[in-house]
Parts: sequence; structure tokens; C-alpha cells
Amino acid sequence: MTTALSIQDLRKVYGNSFEALKGITLDVQQGDFFALLGPNGAGKSTTLGIVSSLVNKTSGKVKVFGYDLDTQLAQAKQCLGVVPQEFNFNPFEKVLDIVVTQAGYYGIPRKQATERAETYLRKLGLWDKRNERARMLSGGMKRRLMIARALVHEPKLLILDEPTAGVDIELRRSMWDFLTEINAAGTTIILTTHYLEEAESLCRNIAIIDHGSIIQDTSMKALLQKLDTETFILDLKDDFTELPELNGYVIRPRDAHTLEVDVPKSQGLNELFKFLAEQGMEVTSMRNKANRLEELFVSLVDKNLKQERA
Amino acid sequence: MNTRLLWTAFVTIVVKEIRRFTRIWVQTLLPPAITMTLYFIIFGNLIGSRIGDMGGFDYMEYIVPGLIMMSVITNSYGNVVSSFFGTKFQRNIEELLVSPVPNWVILAGYVIGGASRGLGVGFIVTLLSLFFTDLQIHHLFVTIAVVLLTAILFALGGFINAVYAKTFDDIAIVPTFILTPLTYLGGVFYSIQLLPGFWQGVSQLNPILYMVNSFRYGILGVSDINIGFAFAMIIGFIVLLGGYAMHLLNTGKGIRE
Ligand SMILES: Nc1ncnc2c1ncn2[C@@H]1O[C@H](COP(=O)(O)OP(=O)(O)OP(=O)(O)O)[C@@H](O)[C@H]1O
Ligand SMILES: [Mg+2]
Repeated sequence: MTTALSIQDLRKVYGNSFEALKGITLDVQQGDFFALLGPNGAGKSTTLGIVSSLVNKTSGKVKVFGYDLDTQLAQAKQCLGVVPQEFNFNPFEKVLDIVVTQAGYYGIPRKQATERAETYLRKLGLWDKRNERARMLSGGMKRRLMIARALVHEPKLLILDEPTAGVDIELRRSMWDFLTEINAAGTTIILTTHYLEEAESLCRNIAIIDHGSIIQDTSMKALLQKLDTETFILDLKDDFTELPELNGYVIRPRDAHTLEVDVPKSQGLNELFKFLAEQGMEVTSMRNKANRLEELFVSLVDKNLKQERA
Repeated sequence: MNTRLLWTAFVTIVVKEIRRFTRIWVQTLLPPAITMTLYFIIFGNLIGSRIGDMGGFDYMEYIVPGLIMMSVITNSYGNVVSSFFGTKFQRNIEELLVSPVPNWVILAGYVIGGASRGLGVGFIVTLLSLFFTDLQIHHLFVTIAVVLLTAILFALGGFINAVYAKTFDDIAIVPTFILTPLTYLGGVFYSIQLLPGFWQGVSQLNPILYMVNSFRYGILGVSDINIGFAFAMIIGFIVLLGGYAMHLLNTGKGIRE
């Protein structure tokens, strides 16, 4: 199996004092859909910035499809498409020109560049806007423009830094479908996001970075298995008179007809429902209290903070 | 990247640059046309008719080459300094930095793009001057070579200025406080032979004097200075500034964290 991205002991010191990356090591395999998560200021953008050669590293090694950024930069860049966190196109240029020009930087002749630009602008629903100046686009359209621009040279590895920030739900879902589609077609994808639901539904592997160190690097499945209890919220048809108690579950009232239940993985839900039915309590709806990944994420970052203080 | 890809990338940058200044022609092409027409009318026609000869030519004929050169210098410099600074400022420089375009192609693209504006404005000013005087070119090769090299040299200067610039003020300082005075004192309006010996010597330290005079030599066939030396100096400066600009790009000065 080919390694799409290999990062070894990567360090970054900003302005010779602030250590933003404290030696991170990370591998992403070809074909993967990989999430790089972490709280604000963790070092996600710094990492991706170094990979896309927008930020100079302090030390360490980065290889993109085996091409070392220090010695085979042009080949590495050819494999790479970048969607940065901040808008970075010229707002006075037209949408189509932005994408066609980007293709030109990769040596794609104008005619072919225009065809490719059309393909990707259509896929991202921007073809109607092709003659608008970029600054006239809405926030969500600007993000999609950056995705089209990143894909025009058909990179093998696509890096997206918070691609769905400020994008409405419907559009976010269509973006997910689009990313899933190009991933299925063979493009390796790395994304950062603060919507953990997004990471959970899209990504197969995940790394969590905090204060410049990787604190988790595993598959989504393995990570979610670590979660030993899940909290559910149950809406009841009628008000309850007395708080039910059941061995193995922690049940708390939320209001007169809503319960919050901590359910251990080992117990499952059947026993709980059987018990509630016996009590004559009818459940009208049920939902997760928080997204599962979110619970884990918060607990991991908390733990890391405590360890750092200790 | 192989040669064909490099060429495509280079052309892409140049085309983008030319489109930029033609799109905003009211800011880039029109003002020098108006200013230079005023110079022709006021200095050339009104005042010039009272000045009489300069270097053996009537005053209008004498200043036309200087004014063309002045336009080329200002616009080559001005185009690259504002375009490249704008690209940095809006961060769309990142579009180039993530792509495999080598630094020397980026530099060449911006420099040729900027030189295109300098030469374009120079051409417009030349056409305008034909309303006021007859132009006969004495040495075509010298004329073309010197204007081309000068445009390239000042485009390089603009590039270096843009790399260092952090604010919009920083892109105005060099043109206002260095370029304009050196150009005005660089023999655009007078022959240095009019100056006392000491000031003639001082003037010879001004590189712009050599460019203006070589260009004037190309057109009129007269010059205050040695043409061979002028060419050597211009090329020397191009090599120097080009090397320095490459050094700045390679170290990521002002463009990479
Ligand atoms: N140019 C810079 N100069 C100095 N410090 C910087 C610079 N860029 C980032 N930092 C610092 O480096 C740390 C990591 O920043 P980074 O942008 O990588 O975080 P992030 O994980 O992407 O955060 P977010 O989720 O908010 O985007 C932060 O503490 C930030 O303040
Ligand atoms: Mg970030």
C-alpha cells in the first residue's frame, strides 16, 4: 500500500519562541479519508500549511506520495490539492479565471484548463456564477470555489482545512456527498473540521492533535469503541411520578417527562426498554445527548490538559 | 516540470498580469497618457519654444525620449510593486506557492508582466508625442534594447520593493522619494553639460541618467555618456537585482511563515 502522506517528527517554532508543533508523526494511506481534529490553536492549519509549503517547517520530514518536500518539491506539489482555511483568491477576479489560472500554474494548457474548470465548477454548482467576481459570491460559494480550484489539476491527495465552516446544512451534505464521491474515485482526502459529526460520518481514520502533539491516531471505529458509555435522552408520553431506577444504568430527570440515561456499552438498550415498558412508561422519542465522537473528543482533550498541568 | 509545462505556467502569469493592468486601465494606462500630454504641451510647446536648442535639438525633440523613458520606468516599477504586493496582501500568492511553478518562473512572469505595462505605456506616450514632433530613430537596436532592459530592471526593482513591503505606504516610498527625483535629475529635461563640473560628476552617479541618455542616443543620436558603459551597467544591475530577488523568493521572505 502506498503512503499518501508521511510526516516524521515535524516541529514548528513561530518567531523563534512559540512551539506550535512539538514533533508530530503521522501517516495517511492512499485512498484514505482522514480527519485531523483538534481544538482551536492545536496546530492543524500549521501542519497542513507545512505540507502545502505555505509555512516553513523548523525540522522534520514530510513526504507526499514518497516525494520528499526538501528534495522533490515540484513532484510533491503536483500530487497535492489544497483548500485553505481562509479565503485566499483574488476577490476582484472572475470565478472561471481563478480556476483556469490555477490550472495554468500546473502547466495545463488553456483549452484543457477551461474544460476542467467547467467540469469542476459544474460539479460544485458554481457554473452559473462563472463570470461573477469572486467577492460577489456567498461564503459557502467561496468555499466551493476553493475546492474547484484545488481539484483542477486532479491531485491524488486533497487537503481541506475546515471546508464546511460557515456552510449551511443542506450544502454541507451535498459537499459531503461530493467528497465521498471523489474519495471513492481514488482521491485521498485529509480534512480538518470542528463538526465532529462530519468527521464521524466521512472519515475512516482520525488523528487528534492538541497543543502541537498528536494525542490519538487510530481508526474511527477503534476510537468509537473506546467510548464505554453513551448518554441518551428519552421523551416520555406522560409525566413520570417517580424517577425509575434500574441497576447498571444511571437515570436522571431532565424535566417532568424527559429522562437522561447513561447506557454502558456492555448493557445495551433492550433491558432499559423492557424495564420502562413494565413500568408503563411509553417512550415517544429518543436521541443521543451529544454526538458520540464529540463526547470522546472532549474527554481526550480534557485528559490531555490535565496531564499537561500535572 | 518540463519545458512545455514551465512555458504554460509562465504564460499564465504574464497573461494574468496583463489582464490586471488592462482591466484597471483608468488607473494604469490613462494617467500617464494625460500627464505626458501635459508635459508635451507645457514644457515642449509653450516653454520649450522659448528655451531654444538643447544638445543641438529643439527642446521638444530633446525631451520626448526622456519622457518616454520616464513613463517606462515608473510604470514597470509601479506595476510589479502594486500587483505583487496586492497578491501578498490578499494571500492569493498562495495559489502560486502551492503549485509546482519554480521561483524563477514566478519572478520572470511578474517581471515580464510589469515590463509589458512599462512598454505599453511607453508605446502610448510615443504615439502621443507624434502629435507634437517627428520622431526619427537613429539606432533601432539601441533604442529597443535599452528600453527593454530598462523595463526589466525596474520591474525587478518593483518586485523587491513588494517583497519587503508590509503596508500600502511601503509601496509608495521608493517611487516617491527615490525614483521620481532620480528620474527628474537623470537628464530627462536637460543635458548635464549645462551643469557645473561638480554637479556633472554627481549626476554621473545616477544610474537613470545612463538609461535616459542611451535611449535618447538611440532616437536622436546624441548622448552625454558612453553607450557601451551604459549597457554594461544596466545589465549588471539586472543580474544583481535578479539574483537578489531570487534569493528573497527562495528564502520565502515576506511570503512564507
Ligand atoms: N503566523 C503565526 N505566527 C505566530 N504564531 C502562529 C502563527 N500562525 C499560527 N500561530 C500559532 O500556532 C498555533 C497553532 O495554530 P494553527 O492555526 O495551526 O491552529 P489550528 O489547529 O488550525 O486552529 P483552528 O482550529 O483555530 O484553525 C496557535 O497557537 C497560533 O496562535
Ligand atoms: Mg486552523
